[in-house]
Amino acid sequence: MGQYVLRRLLIAIPSLLGISLVLYTVLALAPGDPFGELTTNPNVPPEVAAALRASFGLDDPIYLRYLHWLVAMVHGDWGFSFVSRMNVDALILQRLPTTLYVIGSAQLLALSIAIPVGVYAATKPYSIFDQIANTLAFIGFSLPTFFTGLLFILVFSVKLDWLPFVYTTDIKGTGIHWVLEQIRQAIMPVMVLGLFQAASMTRFVRSAMLDVIRLDYVTTARAKGLGQTKVIVKHVMRNAMIPVVTLIALQIPAVFGGAIVTEQIFRIPGIGSLLISSILSNDTPVVMAVTFVFACLVVLFNLIADVLYGWLDPRISLR
Amino acid sequence: MLDSDLRTMIDEVKDGRMDRRGFIQRMIAFGLTAPMATQILAVGGVAMAQSPATYPPTKRGGGGPLKLLWWQGPTLLNPHFATGTKDQDASRIFYEPLASWDIDGHLNPILAAEIPSLQNGGLAADAKSVTWKLKPGVKWHDGKPFTADDVVFNWEYSTDPATAAVSIGTYADVTVEKVDDLTVRVLFKSPTPFWANAFVGAYGCLIPKHLFAEYKGAKSREAPNNLKPVGTGAYKFVEFKPGDLIRGEINPDYHMANRPHFDTIELKGGGDAVSAARAIIQTGEYDYAWNMQVEDEVLLRLEKGGKGKAVYAVGGDIEFIAVNFTDPNTEVDGERSSIKTKHPILSDPKVRKALSLLVDREAVQKVIYGRAGRTTANYLNGPGPFVSKNTTWEFSVEKAGKLLDEAGWKPGADGIREKDGKKLKLLYQTSTNGPRQKTQAIVKQACQKAGIDVELKSVIASVFFSSDVGSNDTYAKFYADIEEFQIPMTQPDPVLLMRRYHSRYVATKENKWQGSNFPRWVNKDYDAAIDAAETEIDPVKRAAFYIKCNDLMWQENVMIPVMHRIKVGAISNSMRPVMSGWANDLDNIQDWYREATG
Repeated sequence: MGQYVLRRLLIAIPSLLGISLVLYTVLALAPGDPFGELTTNPNVPPEVAAALRASFGLDDPIYLRYLHWLVAMVHGDWGFSFVSRMNVDALILQRLPTTLYVIGSAQLLALSIAIPVGVYAATKPYSIFDQIANTLAFIGFSLPTFFTGLLFILVFSVKLDWLPFVYTTDIKGTGIHWVLEQIRQAIMPVMVLGLFQAASMTRFVRSAMLDVIRLDYVTTARAKGLGQTKVIVKHVMRNAMIPVVTLIALQIPAVFGGAIVTEQIFRIPGIGSLLISSILSNDTPVVMAVTFVFACLVVLFNLIADVLYGWLDPRISLR
Repeated sequence: MLDSDLRTMIDEVKDGRMDRRGFIQRMIAFGLTAPMATQILAVGGVAMAQSPATYPPTKRGGGGPLKLLWWQGPTLLNPHFATGTKDQDASRIFYEPLASWDIDGHLNPILAAEIPSLQNGGLAADAKSVTWKLKPGVKWHDGKPFTADDVVFNWEYSTDPATAAVSIGTYADVTVEKVDDLTVRVLFKSPTPFWANAFVGAYGCLIPKHLFAEYKGAKSREAPNNLKPVGTGAYKFVEFKPGDLIRGEINPDYHMANRPHFDTIELKGGGDAVSAARAIIQTGEYDYAWNMQVEDEVLLRLEKGGKGKAVYAVGGDIEFIAVNFTDPNTEVDGERSSIKTKHPILSDPKVRKALSLLVDREAVQKVIYGRAGRTTANYLNGPGPFVSKNTTWEFSVEKAGKLLDEAGWKPGADGIREKDGKKLKLLYQTSTNGPRQKTQAIVKQACQKAGIDVELKSVIASVFFSSDVGSNDTYAKFYADIEEFQIPMTQPDPVLLMRRYHSRYVATKENKWQGSNFPRWVNKDYDAAIDAAETEIDPVKRAAFYIKCNDLMWQENVMIPVMHRIKVGAISNSMRPVMSGWANDLDNIQDWYREATG
């Protein structure tokens, strides 16, 4: 087992190198620079933007820039943002708590809806409950978050005036008031993201359950005279959850990566909005850092999912 | 009477959208007498010397929080590094210049004790130097005194190339010397009639010497105060999260009486313009939002809710279509659109004239810009004395067709004109931006009617406006026949706006396309007028030179003006911001207040 993990980690190194090389080249080949606003400003002569490009090393050949980046990265130096001239790691760490809070809550919400609904629907396939759950799930994942987000804003903020739609990171007040406000402003984004996730996950849980529920050992358990709850929870769910756990493990990097669209709509200062604004302003070091961290997390959680799989189902051996 | 409303109305009278009688009647409805109303109009129309903004609050603070919403989040807080207006605005909350531009385009002293003039001896008669007297007793937020050393230091800091300051363009051509502790002198190499660039406005914001002296040059990025500003401004720094949030609190030792009005200030960034407008006008969550690039129709709909409204400030920002005078399809010495070539179609003045007849500015205003734009025939639209009255524009497909006939472009079988077997086909590029793509569509339609085949192209802004030599899609390379974008006027003087098209600034491969004359238009009369204007001290003659430049561009149809764009902000009903078309939105932040609601 230990050997397996070690080997997988060693294999991860060349693949991460490959990923970073591809990412860097693509970003470096993309035209443009972060100084666009300078060029039309009559106060700023064109030489200024050109000098800035040169001083940030944007005019160097790509392989040199990549090597510089790689060497610095190995030394733990993530570089600095061209746009804010701040260290990239500080910039990302500042954004992480908000992203974890909002996207994490959304994932939890999705799970706490998807598992019970999916399981219950699978125990009574094609019943009224199953039909309704299915219909809602289809509606849920066919509506994109930018649509539901705007819809929620219109209903809950504009018409009813219940919830704020601009997310603030510095809520005034302390103690219980602070907690309540923190929850209040997260309700809409968490609902939008959570319901979207829940919809597809419900379908997944349901089909995983249906696969298992038909198996002979379940019939045996029933024949033994075990109660419905016990059969479902102890015998069916445990086995049906194996693919679901994998799915969840692979979703976790996304929790760190943020949700670009939802963060933009609700002005949540998370990793997703950092990524999109950096892409739009061609702030290469930030884009590079965010995407690379994301790649690392995907590789890591893939490994964790594989290990978990072996643990949950001993028939799968890890060699 | 509300100041911003009044101003909007005066401007409406000025350009004929409201008649004088209507204006006076509305004034009478507000309880003013007719002669008083007439006088307001006269005062509004004629530029005044130093107009102090009305500022009713009688004590410092007590205004509660001021909540601002910028749909692009500021990313840094050092005015010398500020690339865009969002960063300049953010820095301006804490830092101050010697003077800023007020609503009418006059200087308003901030850290200066007075505005230099010939009368008070601040301006040299030969226009080669300007002497600023600093306000005594001003303190940085950490209690250290503000002196002439700080001012001189800012010049040194900015002009050191290793600092990589963006403001270097403002300071590179001047020398700054200390006269005494509260006096500095700015020296120019040649007579400079427009002297109010250094230490004025956005790039004039001053940082403290005692905190930045160690970080001049290559170490500039490491200064801890880049992220924790210590300025002289009305608000002291509390917190900064790049791209997201800035918080400040009242400066109890601020150097202007009864200011500021608000106890705290918060600037939230991110999102999009429409929802920002909504958060102010419709739900009232915030007090002010900047740069409302939202269709007028949407704003009008939101305003029906009655919680807030759009406000306007007239400056000189011009949206135009530039015509390429060189051939974008022929390569000479590894360079397309080379100055050695002539555009095969557009070098004919008749074709250019026809093109300008095909830009339906009224439709563009009606459909796209609404209250945020004015139709114009001029490239130079302000301040008043510099605006040409000799020009006109019109939209006429017929006349354009006639001109094209005269130029030898005859309609072909498919409706597209041709000459010597060549089709009349133009490539029209601009940056990706809703209103611009709509303008493209309007122009294309008219051109099609006149028998010109127009191919549209849009390039993402970060590429179009970049100085990336490797990219062929930049506005400066201009590998297209015509292109559209906006050039803002950041100060009420045409010098920088008009200088761009001097033939010595033609963008070429040799200067890495850093020349600002991207249409590559060369005209001796224009060059001569610019050269003369830049050293002309007599303001009347100087204005005449710039008017001549504008008229030359109009005659030659170098730039086809699309819209004189007006700044738009959104405010909640009780807010009284001080907006100027000649400055950034927060350049007079110390004078903002909230009307007490009864």
